[in-house]
Amino acid sequence: MPSLTPAAEPERSPWRDALLRFRRNKAAVTSLVFLVCVTALCVIGPWLLPHAYDSTDWDALKLAPSLTNSHWWGTDESGRDLLVRCLMGGRISLMVGILTTLTSIALGVVWGATAGYLGGVVDQVMMRIVDIMYAVPYLLIAILLVTVLGRDFYLVVLAITAFSWMDTARLVRGQTLSLRQMEFVEAARAMGVTTPRIVFEHIVPNLMGLVLVYATVTVPSVILTESVLSFLGLGIQEPMTSWGVLIHDGAQMLDSAAWLLILPALMLSLTLYSFNYLGDGLRDALDPKDR
Amino acid sequence: MLAYTFRRLLITIPTLLVVIGVVYILLFSAPGGPFDSERVVPEAIQAQLMSKYHLDQPYWKQYLLYIWQLLQGDLGVSYRYADWSVNELVGSALPVSLAIGGLAIALSLVIGVLLGALAALYRNSFVDYFVMALGSLGSVVPSFVLGPLLVLAFAIGLQWLPSGGWDHFSWKFMVLPVSLLTLINVSTLARIMRASMVEVMNSNYIRTARAKGLPMHLIVFRHALRPSLLPVVTIVGPLAVSSITSALVTESIFSIPGLGILVVNGAANRDYTLVLGLVVLITTMVVLVNLCVDLMYAFLDPRSRA
Repeated sequence: MPSLTPAAEPERSPWRDALLRFRRNKAAVTSLVFLVCVTALCVIGPWLLPHAYDSTDWDALKLAPSLTNSHWWGTDESGRDLLVRCLMGGRISLMVGILTTLTSIALGVVWGATAGYLGGVVDQVMMRIVDIMYAVPYLLIAILLVTVLGRDFYLVVLAITAFSWMDTARLVRGQTLSLRQMEFVEAARAMGVTTPRIVFEHIVPNLMGLVLVYATVTVPSVILTESVLSFLGLGIQEPMTSWGVLIHDGAQMLDSAAWLLILPALMLSLTLYSFNYLGDGLRDALDPKDR
Repeated sequence: MLAYTFRRLLITIPTLLVVIGVVYILLFSAPGGPFDSERVVPEAIQAQLMSKYHLDQPYWKQYLLYIWQLLQGDLGVSYRYADWSVNELVGSALPVSLAIGGLAIALSLVIGVLLGALAALYRNSFVDYFVMALGSLGSVVPSFVLGPLLVLAFAIGLQWLPSGGWDHFSWKFMVLPVSLLTLINVSTLARIMRASMVEVMNSNYIRTARAKGLPMHLIVFRHALRPSLLPVVTIVGPLAVSSITSALVTESIFSIPGLGILVVNGAANRDYTLVLGLVVLITTMVVLVNLCVDLMYAFLDPRSRA
């Protein structure tokens, strides 16, 4: 928020303070490092490893994990390398997570800031819609959406977006309600700044800390929803894969090849865990009065 | 209280109508009609079929007809299961889902409240650490991982219980799915109960009760328990929504012939009427649960009747 930070004393800007506080939080920093590593591995890994995610190795069906051959994490029942598939699945899961979070946060911020700033009947109607969306069992509608529209990657993103923006909208609306009473907003109004510019240039930048925290905790919940859809066979389709698909396939092979379940599940859980810790750390860093 | 109930009902009905409307629009914007098939049907027959199911009417009329059907408790016919109406399919699946879900919710409410209260009363004890661990575990080990792990431990490893299936409400087949659903809910409920009880126990009026020398059990049961339960009541609504997710997953892991399997198979087969009927049915149930929760909350806490 360049226009709002005081020009002098850059060392003491709120963002710098937050950064200092964040760096002291070991758990959050560890989580961040872990997430960066996982993301980098998922992006680069599949190019470096000797196997393709969809190529079958007929001499190595359901091979157990070992370091003595090239399949470090073993193979599945059609001889596909599990490590490459986990990384490839991670690519898809993380991509769905980040893309969906971006769209749903954007929608939530616009919705909440508009409702909060305009108030009155507009606010009533907009928040009533949010209430209605809350009461709907979202997974069912997401299932319905993929049933009707198909199971393309972007449709999965769309289906999850449609039901993950309401929390942000509520949060942003609440903050906007208190921000619009502030003197700087009143000053902007007195100077004749138009309503859209007040909302998006003066109010929204002040919400960025909150939104950042919220985005961090939305990513794991979106990844989880995608995994559930894929686990039920209604999300990402073969031969493409995601962590949900891998866990589903692993659960079918439990009695003979438990590692097919445990390794992808471990990757998913550690990622979710790190996102939650990162979110906690960011909240503590950006909102010191909350501690 | 009566006025509040009435106002609350007035919001519920449009919610349902909007949901059904949106779902309806979605279904009709979908490519391919129910009678488009590889087999060539004479045009006259096609027209007859269309008019039998009112598919030749304008959409708004179809929507009203569907609502009228719904009001009479008729969910229509399945497009995929021959000779089955949606009502019959639901009739055979609903008791199974209700038995498992009902048992799990009852168990998790009792266990969750008890564990949460104990954790709050004996902070930093074994129970407290257990509840905290369960809470953080529940948020990162999702149901679709925990379920297969339970199967791995108790069905494949120890061979105590069947790994899935269903046999006329036989308890053997119910233990694992009910435990899975209970575990998931308990982790949330216990954490919330703990947090709210800790807050209540630190409040001024509890300190007063302690100061005047009231014995501990009287403080807990007469003064602390009821206000601590308020957040638990609020969470029942969202819990009902998330239970649907875990029910879908549970039924699919243990191949239980409940509503979840119907939804998943209906979606996979593009059985539009079946999915529509199920969405309407389940949404109605969730909306009614939310209504009950709100009314109960208003009953427990007069301040919220605004």
